[in-house]
Amino acid sequence: MSSTVGIVMLVHTALGRAEQVARHWAAAGCPVVIHVDKNVSHKVYSAFTHRLGDVDNVLFSRRHRCEWGMWGIVAASQDAAELMLRRFPDVRHVYLASGSCLPLRPVQELVEYLADRPRTDFIESATTADVPWTVGGFDEERFTLRFPFSWKKRRKAFDGYVALQRALRLKRRIPKGIVPHMGSQWWCLTRQTLSAILEDPDRAEFDGYFKRVWIPDESYFQTLARLYSSNIESRSLTLSKFDFQGKPHIFYDDHLQLLRRSDCFVARKIWPHADRLYDAFLTDPAIAMKQTEPNPGKIDRIFAKAVDRRVKGRPGLYMQSRFPRTDWENGVTSGDYSVFEGFAELFEDWDDWLSRATGARVHGHLYAPERAEFAGGASIISGALPDSAALRDANPKAFLTNLIWNTRGERQIFQYGPGDNPDLGWTLAKDPNAQISVISGAWAVPLFKSNRNFGDLRKEAAELQRIESEHLKQLQSPWTKARVRIWTMAEFVESPMEPLQTVIDEIGQKGLRRLGEAPKMADLAGFGQFLQNLKNQGMHPYLMGDFPVDRGLNKQPPKPRRPYLVK
Amino acid sequence: MTRQELIDAYRLRWKRRRHLWRSVRKRRQLRNLTDRTGAIKPGAILCFSTVRNEAVRLPYFLAHHRRLGVDHFLMVVNGSDDGTRELLEAQPDVSLWETDASYRLSRFGVDWLTWLMIRHGHGHWCLTLDADEILIYPYWESRPLPALTGWLDQIGEPSMGAMMLDMYPKGPVDGSNYAPGQDPTEVLGWFDAGNYRITRQMPAENLWIQGGPRARMFFAAEPERAPTLNKIPLVRWHRRYAYVNSTHSLLPKRLNQIYDWEGGEKPSGLLLHTKFLNTIVARSAEEQARAEHFNNSALYDDYYDALQQAPDLWTPFSTRYRGWRHLEALGLMSRGGWP
Repeated sequence: MSSTVGIVMLVHTALGRAEQVARHWAAAGCPVVIHVDKNVSHKVYSAFTHRLGDVDNVLFSRRHRCEWGMWGIVAASQDAAELMLRRFPDVRHVYLASGSCLPLRPVQELVEYLADRPRTDFIESATTADVPWTVGGFDEERFTLRFPFSWKKRRKAFDGYVALQRALRLKRRIPKGIVPHMGSQWWCLTRQTLSAILEDPDRAEFDGYFKRVWIPDESYFQTLARLYSSNIESRSLTLSKFDFQGKPHIFYDDHLQLLRRSDCFVARKIWPHADRLYDAFLTDPAIAMKQTEPNPGKIDRIFAKAVDRRVKGRPGLYMQSRFPRTDWENGVTSGDYSVFEGFAELFEDWDDWLSRATGARVHGHLYAPERAEFAGGASIISGALPDSAALRDANPKAFLTNLIWNTRGERQIFQYGPGDNPDLGWTLAKDPNAQISVISGAWAVPLFKSNRNFGDLRKEAAELQRIESEHLKQLQSPWTKARVRIWTMAEFVESPMEPLQTVIDEIGQKGLRRLGEAPKMADLAGFGQFLQNLKNQGMHPYLMGDFPVDRGLNKQPPKPRRPYLVK
Repeated sequence: MTRQELIDAYRLRWKRRRHLWRSVRKRRQLRNLTDRTGAIKPGAILCFSTVRNEAVRLPYFLAHHRRLGVDHFLMVVNGSDDGTRELLEAQPDVSLWETDASYRLSRFGVDWLTWLMIRHGHGHWCLTLDADEILIYPYWESRPLPALTGWLDQIGEPSMGAMMLDMYPKGPVDGSNYAPGQDPTEVLGWFDAGNYRITRQMPAENLWIQGGPRARMFFAAEPERAPTLNKIPLVRWHRRYAYVNSTHSLLPKRLNQIYDWEGGEKPSGLLLHTKFLNTIVARSAEEQARAEHFNNSALYDDYYDALQQAPDLWTPFSTRYRGWRHLEALGLMSRGGWP
């Protein structure tokens, strides 16, 4: 007995695989009508038909020249479907497939599935307003402009004619009674619906209209089925996935498990040399029939991820095939990190204290002139990133992005200041992942503690103040995306614990809790006088705020002042 | 286009023509030994390479790339005395040319290969490699080169990048033996995962990547001199194309657009660089004496001296080679939208 499901196959390449699949369908009792693209040479075509001559339920339909986006594919489907309906009266459902489609489940399962749904048409069909998947423009316009030129072969004529119609505001009339719908070109229609479309008294008018529509194979049957079908399931039984340019993904040998998991009946496109897939799915398995619904959603995530990686990439990664230009990074670095400026100068045991308080990896001055001061004095860290200052300074941004990328999952903290490589400033300021806390003017503390000639100190203080002042401008610019907090040193020493608590809480490594111990502040007795001496020498230190000459620590009652948060 | 862009475009055009003309002239330096190019079918994938004394590396090199789906190798043997020539002549899928002319003056073999590519590469996907480079790319074990190039054709990419990844052993580089034909990653099992730095070079708009163990060990004082690692070995060739500087970049410049610069990831592979086999020590002395590998070789004396001391490139932060999925997760290459 002939099966109730007939297969229409559109073939243009890899004829060997098409033959293999056609035999598979036919062996299960499904009649097959094959359309071979007219672009295939006569010699190859006749050899192909000859090879399939031994299978009596495989027929060949009249050949058309099929070109992507043009009418030929629809004409081919029409002729092949007519032949199918005429020659195989038992057929109730016609399944449109291509030569690169591969049945994933036993044919009998498809036959039974369709037998249980004798009146259902499976055709993805949505109005243009509702579909997000049109890539490359022309959603509404594909139905209101004329497209007589091939997009692939005559691109200039194609583009020119579109531009002309737009300029002249030419619009086509859509035939009465139809509402344009679109969807996957791979459908499965009932004899009733299909014959109604093919025998429609207005068919000449519809065909005339769709001949000049853009990519009619995605809209002809999808639109007309809406006129006649009593029960449309708007989905394709054929699994196909598309990349960000709207081109179909190809399935390879390593997709075997994935395709099995999908429970779909048919998949496309299969790479012609995917021997493992063809072997696995075309050998008739003697397994129990599954009643499961096709579930392409199960494997959606993998394909969505591929598109995402192509379009957005991995934030914070710079490599040979992802090199975003400045401000297009989609994340300058790959994760949150913290920068402290002036803290290590003001507190004597800062690094130790901070790593106890946060549990994060606390580095010293990573951009110090001699070397990158990695945590624990290491000379090399994750990713084989060395501490060489020359290598680092050859590309300061790369050093930072490498460090953060190499230590993904572990928060990094480092010290920074006006004595370090200043070229990093903008990178830090513009990075939303950076949490930057600054005690301005704290660079003066090591000078104050040092035993050097005052003339040298004065010169260095002037230089450091100039650099830090530039840097603070960066941090407060409108382009700044980092979370920046700035205190003057005078503000900070008055009540250090509250700002510290805020910053440490935000780092949030150990869960919210009160800081038990305070870091040990340097002895600032005489610091006011030191600043006054600088002033007396004509160098006005202003970044540290107002330090009275006689003021030591905690001599005045602390003024409650909030830190200001820039952005 | 701005005025400057027009000037640059004009200059690059003439630069490309100059390179092509050079290659056409250098064809006289080549002497054909075996010509099996008649066997090249339309759509065949070709591999081009200049080699000198590579009898140790070639058995695996040929086997690996054959397995990937290279249909024909077109090779130039440059003054060898270790049986390289005989080995290559015996291969059924190798066409071989010989020359004793200067490697350096032939732009490190590129001039010779460009001529062969003009003759035989047009319209084919061409892979240009050194004998110490092993190409891998996402899914290479299950998807041979025809799958990759077919997909690149479909998405409209005319070329694909593959950065050099220096592979090294644990311990001094002369410490372990390598048998010809052996998978070199068994001996050279380690690499640097995250110390590469990149800039974009004008006017050809190619990336310039430096870093890895050689930069960290030998060029920490002079980072600019560290070896260039970016390469574009796989190109759907046209006879008017020309490699500019080894296979680091080529013209026309659109072929250098192997990276996305709006945040996305394009597909890329890696060239596992097997330079640091135990033969490196003797070889460095020889290369230093020949002065054929750098344009101003004297500047690299320290480098060669250091290599002859059989250094240990390994650190506790070196990464063990575990296959392409790991390399892709580390961000050294990308599947770039190929699911």
